[in-house]
Amino acid sequence: MAVGIKVVPKPERTLSDQLYAPEIAKGLGKTMARFFKNTFGPEEEKEIATVRYPEEKREYPPRFRGIHRLTQRADGSPRCVACLCCSTACPAQCIHIEPAEYAEGDPRHGYERFPAVFTIDELRCIYCGYCVEACPCDAIRMDTGLHMPPSTSREHFLYDKEVLLNLPGRDGTYLTANPRHEPGDPTHPGIDREQGH
Amino acid sequence: MELGTQILVAVAKILFIVLVVVGAFAPMLVWAERRQSAMIQDRVGPHRAHIPLPASLVDFLRFTLKPMEAGIFGSFFAAGLAIVGLAILLLTGNETLFGFEAKTFYLAVIGFGIAGVLLRVGHKLHAGIVESGGKLALLGLLHPAADALKMIFKEDFIPPKADKLLHGLAPIITLVPALVIFAVIPFADTLFVECATDVVPRDVATVMACDGSGVATSIPMQVASLNVGMLFIFAVAGTGIIGAAIGGYASDNKYSLMGGLRAASQMVSYEVALGLTVVPCFMIYGSLRLEDMAFWQYEQGVWGVFIPPLTIACVLYLFAAVAETKRVPFDLPEGESELVGGYLTEYSGMKFGMFFTGEFVEVVGLSAIASILFFGGWDVPFLYRSGLDLPGTWELTIPMTDWVIQDQILLQHWAVILIQVLVSLVKIVILIWFQLMIRWTLPRFRYDQLMKLCWKALLPLALANILFTGIAVLLWT
Repeated sequence: MAVGIKVVPKPERTLSDQLYAPEIAKGLGKTMARFFKNTFGPEEEKEIATVRYPEEKREYPPRFRGIHRLTQRADGSPRCVACLCCSTACPAQCIHIEPAEYAEGDPRHGYERFPAVFTIDELRCIYCGYCVEACPCDAIRMDTGLHMPPSTSREHFLYDKEVLLNLPGRDGTYLTANPRHEPGDPTHPGIDREQGH
Repeated sequence: MELGTQILVAVAKILFIVLVVVGAFAPMLVWAERRQSAMIQDRVGPHRAHIPLPASLVDFLRFTLKPMEAGIFGSFFAAGLAIVGLAILLLTGNETLFGFEAKTFYLAVIGFGIAGVLLRVGHKLHAGIVESGGKLALLGLLHPAADALKMIFKEDFIPPKADKLLHGLAPIITLVPALVIFAVIPFADTLFVECATDVVPRDVATVMACDGSGVATSIPMQVASLNVGMLFIFAVAGTGIIGAAIGGYASDNKYSLMGGLRAASQMVSYEVALGLTVVPCFMIYGSLRLEDMAFWQYEQGVWGVFIPPLTIACVLYLFAAVAETKRVPFDLPEGESELVGGYLTEYSGMKFGMFFTGEFVEVVGLSAIASILFFGGWDVPFLYRSGLDLPGTWELTIPMTDWVIQDQILLQHWAVILIQVLVSLVKIVILIWFQLMIRWTLPRFRYDQLMKLCWKALLPLALANILFTGIAVLLWT
């Protein structure tokens, strides 16, 4: 197949180009029109792109990954079962978890663990979202829609369990839309002490 | 006039010029340049510097917002009522309505209308302050002030091997001539002191007798009335070149040296072109004094720019003036992309500030000269020494009253002078604005193009224009 060749003639310089002055006038017209439109024009025609940041904020897309939060169960305890999936998946190795057993007599004792320590170094975090993907319990989320607030010390960026648990999602709740079925609930799908195999 | 008065008057005039030019125009220019460029590029520009108002005052302002809205509504409502009343009077042909004469209604329309508009503007500012939480930002006008403060307190760095004397001297040599130019620029017609509150006759010769004594104390509205006028300007402005060249030489930096060299050669070249472009003005006005030039345009009733040879001269002058001030598109001496900062590279703090101010003052100065040479200076169309005199002879009687508007409105001498001062400042502002627009429109020239434009285009054109003007003057006089 023959390749179609389009010959683009070299643009000729017209007399007005050569004289330069008419072109200056045209350019001045452009800039002046822009200036007047943006300064005195009606509000909806202005094309000012500036956002006066602390007072005005740009709206982020719904899938924006903000700082993390740990979701809560209905009773306020963390959903996290300290399985270490997130800290294993984390490419930046910024999640530190120390698992612990629930106390003797707690219905969750023997089924699940809980994080005694859960710390995220927000300065190490690269906001990839792998921890959220890895979590089997929907316990860690990045749906707060918040930036990390600035601070003066690096220590301030080590977010511990309490901080993470008390960050609300964008909808303002501390829970998630996925229901959690506790051991002993009739909806609990797996085995528990009452119903064996 | 006594010597003491003369000195006092001279000091007052110098203060006026310094305050207007350095205190108002230069910061306004900085602000306009930043804000205007931002607006062209779809940004807002610097707008953050502000004076925080005390919380109690903000609360008070917030509290008064509603009453003010009521005031605006009330004013416009009253004006509307008055208009309705007037319409009724005009339609029915009655003398009075509810015991009020037509005059009262006219006054009410004008008074409440002006009050409403003023209140409306005030309300907008007022609401802006309240909305921003008590930050008095004044459209970002405080930024130049903040900039100046910053520059004063910044470290004044001198390169270790620089020539300290020359390094310090260069900014002064740049700034001072730029300011001295204003000494010969007239801001208004001659002020006759004894006649300040009289209506001066339009005929110039009879002015002397306005107070009956036959002697009038006249104050020219310029610092120095030199008979060499324009030549003085060129002589003084020429020394500005030395500042840039010395600054480049004394900085012990090759970029600075290159910048200084470029500045020197560019300014020397364009000085020639600049000088030759204004020669036709001397030929037509027949004087080197700037006040005579402005007066010629006032007397003939035509601005220089409308006289064909001077139209060409005006365009050429504007080209050469932009190049002379080393601003975009002729800012090769600074040339950030190739020379870091040109001859400004090694300057910081207030020394840099002085270079900067010098550059802006030079823009104001050249605009002022352009306004006098080509745009009549203080001349206002239809404004004469005796007051306004619109074309034709007519009278307009406002219906239902005995008020008459004539084509001639007599004004007291001080009012005429005041209008002239204001108009001459407005003309300068417009010319500056035009230069700013050029600055933000055109890309930078190459250095050989710059030189070619001067020596191969502006200079021959200016010479040809002189010839053309000579022929025209010969033919017409």
